[in-house]
Amino acid sequence: MEKEWFTISVYSENNVGLLNRISGIFLKRHINIESLNVSKSEIEGVSKFTIVVYTTEKWTRNIVGQIEKQIEVIKAFYHTDEETIYQESVLFKIASNLLFDERQIQNIIKDNNSQIVTVARDFFVIAKSGRRNEINEMYDQLKPFGIMQFVRTGRISVSKEEMPITALLNEFYQDK
Amino acid sequence: METVKIKTEVNPKKTKLKISGAEAIIHCLLAEGVDLLYGYPGGAIMPVYDELYKFQDKLTHILTRHEQGATHAAQGYARVSGRVGVAMATSGPGATNLVTGLADAQIDSTPMVCITGQVTRHLLGSDAFQETDIIGISTPVTKWNYQITEASEIPEIMAKAFYIARSGRPGPVLVDITKNAQIDEFEFSYEKCTAVRSYNPEPKPSVPAIEAAAELINNAKKPLIVWGQGVILGKAEEELKALVEKSGVPAAWTIMGASALDSEHPLNVGMVGMHGNYAPNMLTNECDVLIAIGMRFDDRVTGSLDTYAKQAKVIHFEIDKAEINKNVHADVAVLGNSKDTLGLLLPMINENKHEAWHNEFKEYYKIEFEQVINNDIHPTKEGLTMGEVIERINVESEQKAVIVTDVGQHQMIGCRYAKFKQSKSNITSGGLGTMGFALPAAIGAKMGAMEREVVAIIGDGGYQMTIQELGVIFQHKVPVKIVVLNNDHLGMVRQWQELFFDRRYASTVMVNPDFVKIAEGYSIEAKRVSTREDLKIAIKEMIASKEPYFLEVKVEKEDNVFPMIPSGASVSEVRLK
Repeated sequence: MEKEWFTISVYSENNVGLLNRISGIFLKRHINIESLNVSKSEIEGVSKFTIVVYTTEKWTRNIVGQIEKQIEVIKAFYHTDEETIYQESVLFKIASNLLFDERQIQNIIKDNNSQIVTVARDFFVIAKSGRRNEINEMYDQLKPFGIMQFVRTGRISVSKEEMPITALLNEFYQDK
Repeated sequence: METVKIKTEVNPKKTKLKISGAEAIIHCLLAEGVDLLYGYPGGAIMPVYDELYKFQDKLTHILTRHEQGATHAAQGYARVSGRVGVAMATSGPGATNLVTGLADAQIDSTPMVCITGQVTRHLLGSDAFQETDIIGISTPVTKWNYQITEASEIPEIMAKAFYIARSGRPGPVLVDITKNAQIDEFEFSYEKCTAVRSYNPEPKPSVPAIEAAAELINNAKKPLIVWGQGVILGKAEEELKALVEKSGVPAAWTIMGASALDSEHPLNVGMVGMHGNYAPNMLTNECDVLIAIGMRFDDRVTGSLDTYAKQAKVIHFEIDKAEINKNVHADVAVLGNSKDTLGLLLPMINENKHEAWHNEFKEYYKIEFEQVINNDIHPTKEGLTMGEVIERINVESEQKAVIVTDVGQHQMIGCRYAKFKQSKSNITSGGLGTMGFALPAAIGAKMGAMEREVVAIIGDGGYQMTIQELGVIFQHKVPVKIVVLNNDHLGMVRQWQELFFDRRYASTVMVNPDFVKIAEGYSIEAKRVSTREDLKIAIKEMIASKEPYFLEVKVEKEDNVFPMIPSGASVSEVRLK
């Protein structure tokens, strides 16, 4: 089975220690987490993990099964890139003089649909959101000029299919 | 307001009273029906021990000689009784000593609640005396764990801990309680937990899946059942028996499933796996429908997955969704408690005999009997075999004993040859293979089933890993029978060295102490035998005794356990010698 990019979405209670429990599932199988984001979800009191892995579907299915088995996990899903809308964000910190000396930089900012978020005496900061390959391209374009700092968020994504978490939770309250 | 995430049993009579966290823990244990726990005191758990002192008429605490012993005793207790075992320890080393037992209970699905003391809340993260991150350490080996830092959390968390440990696929839960939470007072009231919103312990059985399973079984020409501990945990022994008898399907068991069906039932075709019986292993690769019930296709059961039952349609009855398609693809997966799913399946099953197919098992059994079994249990050579010891125990105990085994050759021989008439009679460390398990587990097993005979079968290696628990047997006069099968070697490792490492016996020879004297030091009646005649007499005497009894049997030093599927080979590549 071939390796692919998969996005794992986990809906869970917001409890201390759950991140450790979930990351341990990857550790036990010697699978690297390529990107991880934890945030609030659309449901009050429910957290959402977005985890990106590069592995086979068999392992992804195994991992999702083990994640979902954890007591405080409500539901876990996995999707291929085609099945999700996803983005990452990055910040580039670049020396201010380059903005004036290298006209090309302004074109790069414009062509990549990115924004300058701040300009200081010594540096300015560009923010960009997009797919991994778009970000990689912009990085390659800026690199020759010298990047002082670069930081990238974990992937965030929404699935094209429905994730019926509210319905699942409602079932719990109805059974009561 | 916080959303309600658990459901509780409402108790109309509940009264509020202001008590310390430590006393609250005792009330929680009593409310969960706990009357016995195992543990070891220390600084960070002392407030709870102080309460245990006050409640000793209602709650018996057994002081093991090491915290690992407390976990295995709790496991032994849980496995014979079906109740939740409880172990308690202090922070730091007390807590880390629980880890092996937690891992064992996790992989063998044993319901257990471990309570650990923790340094007071304001010292957390300061590297205080006996501080250790037991939540971090125990996370991969617990079904759930939680750190309580405020007294008021105690009732809800304890209720949740017991509910999670015993429900669905059972497992160990660890609750870590900071010392301030034990000391502080709060208004106590207790409600049992009946549901947790993010946790679905028993998936509802799907009738179409069961119908699909029934159709496959009814049309099968060569069906084979392999059941595991899921039958015992689901209390589905009667349903399994009814299924086997109605369908006429030969049924084999994994080591954890042993004793769910009478060993001498005509359709019980023995154990599968590395040292299992010849017939069910060979015929796994000839059956047309493989019906797996409450088992998880462990590698010791399947051998090489690439050649495991490839010709068969696989039906997997399982409570844990994550086990479906984990190792073996299921053509039909039936989720749910085995009692419910088998109960629904039964009326859909046609009566059948499968005589010709059953004869194939008999043929293979004949080969195994002639080449292996007969030599093991009725040996003609001079040295004693492990098999004949088990056979004598079968005879003298009338197959009614709980057999607790450790890990290694004696375990495989014990599980192969011990005969059971009653469920929950085979207590062993199956998944983790924990040497040192048997002695403390036997103590717990005896205390969980005082009316039953409990015989621990242990090798000379594993015995010395938890030998200090003889102190518990001595102090509390626990009438367990201990049989050490002494070959002065780490026998199973030695066997592998002989077969796969050109007889390079690295660190497997043991120079042992006088085990009889050690037992006598604990005032336990003790005997050593090395002849067939003495063995017969000693086992008779041991079973007849109402007291603790220690028997050392000097067995042949270099015997091997066969049949054997070499690690990574196919189930049909069983070696008989």
